[in-house]
Amino acid sequence: MCLAIPMVLVERSEFDGVVELDGVRRTVSLMLLPDARKGEQLLIHAGYAIGRLDADEAAETLALLREYADAVVGL
Amino acid sequence: MSDSAQYSDPRALAGLIGQLREVAGGLDHRLTFMEVCGTHTHSVAKAGLRRMMPPSVRLISGPGCPVCVTPVDYLDRALALAALPDTVVCTFGDLMRVPSSTGSLEQARAEGARVEVVYSPRDALELARRRPQSRVVFLAVGFETTAPTIAAAVAEAEADGVTNFLLLPGNKTMPQVMRVLVDDPQLEVHGFLLPGHVSVITGWRMFGFLAEEFGIPGVVTGFMPTDVVQGVLALARQVAQGHATIANQYGRAVTTAGNLQAHRLVERFFEPADSAWRGFGVVPGSGLGLRAAWAHRDASSIRVDLPAPREPAGCRCGEVLRGVVDPPECPLFANGCDPELPVGACMVSSEGTCSAWYRHERWLEAGT
Amino acid sequence: MKPPQRVLLAHGGGGRLTRQLVEEVFLPALDNPILATLTDAAVLPELPAGRPALTTDAFVVDPPIFAGGDLGYLSICGTVNDLAMVGARPLWLTWALILEEGVDGGLVAACTEGAARAAAEAGVTVVAGDTKVVPRGKGDRLFAVTAGLGVVPPGRILKDDRIRPDDVVIVSGPIGDHGATVMAHRHGLDAPGLVSDCRPLSGLVEALCDSGAAVRALHDPTRGGVVTVCHEVAGRCGLRVRLVEAALPVRPAVAAVCDLLGLEALSLACEGRLLAWIDGSHAELALAAMRAHPDGAGAVVIGRMEQLPAGEPPVLLETAVGGERPLDLLSGHELPRIC
Repeated sequence: MCLAIPMVLVERSEFDGVVELDGVRRTVSLMLLPDARKGEQLLIHAGYAIGRLDADEAAETLALLREYADAVVGL
Repeated sequence: MSDSAQYSDPRALAGLIGQLREVAGGLDHRLTFMEVCGTHTHSVAKAGLRRMMPPSVRLISGPGCPVCVTPVDYLDRALALAALPDTVVCTFGDLMRVPSSTGSLEQARAEGARVEVVYSPRDALELARRRPQSRVVFLAVGFETTAPTIAAAVAEAEADGVTNFLLLPGNKTMPQVMRVLVDDPQLEVHGFLLPGHVSVITGWRMFGFLAEEFGIPGVVTGFMPTDVVQGVLALARQVAQGHATIANQYGRAVTTAGNLQAHRLVERFFEPADSAWRGFGVVPGSGLGLRAAWAHRDASSIRVDLPAPREPAGCRCGEVLRGVVDPPECPLFANGCDPELPVGACMVSSEGTCSAWYRHERWLEAGT
Repeated sequence: MKPPQRVLLAHGGGGRLTRQLVEEVFLPALDNPILATLTDAAVLPELPAGRPALTTDAFVVDPPIFAGGDLGYLSICGTVNDLAMVGARPLWLTWALILEEGVDGGLVAACTEGAARAAAEAGVTVVAGDTKVVPRGKGDRLFAVTAGLGVVPPGRILKDDRIRPDDVVIVSGPIGDHGATVMAHRHGLDAPGLVSDCRPLSGLVEALCDSGAAVRALHDPTRGGVVTVCHEVAGRCGLRVRLVEAALPVRPAVAAVCDLLGLEALSLACEGRLLAWIDGSHAELALAAMRAHPDGAGAVVIGRMEQLPAGEPPVLLETAVGGERPLDLLSGHELPRIC
């Protein structure tokens, strides 16, 4: 029960924000993430931002995935 | 390759599965890991991951689908409310086709009951604003990921004086039912893939008891194909090394503390309550009830006529949800119960174990 | 065009107001000599050589006006495309409307103009029409019902039982555009780049049939999307459809809508795309012919046909990550989910 999609915060007001993914925008509530900043990747669930993606952690994971990919020969 | 595409990179996945094969292949028994999140069930099915797992690793699904664990009497009450004059029931799409003792919400709507599908509890609140003469009842289901969104909607209703917005409380929390699971001697599970988005809210240490009290490892896992296999690999490594800890493999989204604002809002409006889970019976303290101060928002106190709750005969949803049997072992599976005409809730939800199995895994044999 | 402000029950009564609606809205837009006779039935010229093909369709869409089209445009395209899919050259259409009392006259006019535009683009003539008005609350603004008559040229046979193993499945362009546009609108998603793919496909079909490639069958993936069509085809020819996820053309905005609402592009309606089953050795020939046509610019091979082992699923997807899963039919209406 956890369909939550990362989307970028492009505009915000006090309680609401507009988030975007690949040109699709949606107004969401920021009541659960009041300190969300424009440009951040937020996790959106049921019309609310519930969390944010940490860029450093993401970079680490992606680097690890690239290592695994590079170690595979012949795919 | 874009960042998001990398989480689905077939080469990275092949590399991870290769590693998994090495780690798990060196053990003398097959590993069984359970995921307890409907969205994990869906991710595995969508990518076709189960077939890509080495034979030494088996993935099973537990009670992670909130639709599937919602008991019949909750649906009966929802239907009864929808039949009341001046009442509109709003629900997530997931619940529309769940069978009650009589019919589903979808069938009730066809017969004239006022039922609206919403994507967000806020949509239900909007409806309440637009129709002040109607009583709008939102079916509050879902786990820790969803409860804060519902609490936030109630907070907004309170702040703006929208008095005709009510909830039928039905949210559930994970830890208590997981205790019941691991206490069950029939269950043979070597580790848990822990729900990534629940953990975004709760913080990942919530599941510490699994390792500390029961010696079972757990890994908080994300939902992209590489996330899932990374989680399985981390579990396999723990088993191979004889460890049992809780680890966080979804570091880009999950922190230790979780979402404090979400905690505050849930705390303000809800308190732990006993809750009935389909297949488990009542699990003490595993649900969220509205605190007494918000009784005016609680639709469960509205008097309605309820039918005697009727569970379908032969349905083994309960055992399926406990991970004790695979769907094909239920006599009704593909034999009177299928996604077109579901009997039990496990077949209704696209995340339900039986539905996922019917749609994607039916071609594998049970127990493989 | 002079539409009424609101449609009244009397507009469907057959009297003065009906005549006004016909003369001031429908005729000006759909203008042609046969329709203008306004007789009980259209008497047509002689049919060209070949076998006549006849189809009927009903159209219900919410919202009735969407990015890239409207109910009127959609209804003509849908009818033309049904005929085109069996290889018929569409010629004459009927167009009947069921209007809800109180519906905005401007909406009816806009949809009529849409129908006229589609008819002109497809080179077909709307030769007969009808209007009924139902009381308020008994209909969702407007519904359209059509019939279409065309002729399949001699020697052209498009049938699923002609499909063979190793035939390829080609789609004429990105999938799910129409379904995603409509769902986005219904669920408050704002996507300026998202537009319905609604188009009449008869021109593309002629180009493909003239290409020299052996075309076994054609289908347009409307309601139920690509998955539904593949199941129907598999059922009729007894073979398995193997689709390749990495080859599926899906616009990023469509993929985003699917992610957000928990939908699958393979199950979303397309209203201006076709799926072609082509002899595998003619794939390049077919692709070249389609890509040379404006409505086939995005044509790609998305799968192939193979023998179906007993007890196995008839439609299979090779997933982008290297796995495999059966694709099964929608169980009912696609509902946005949060789980």
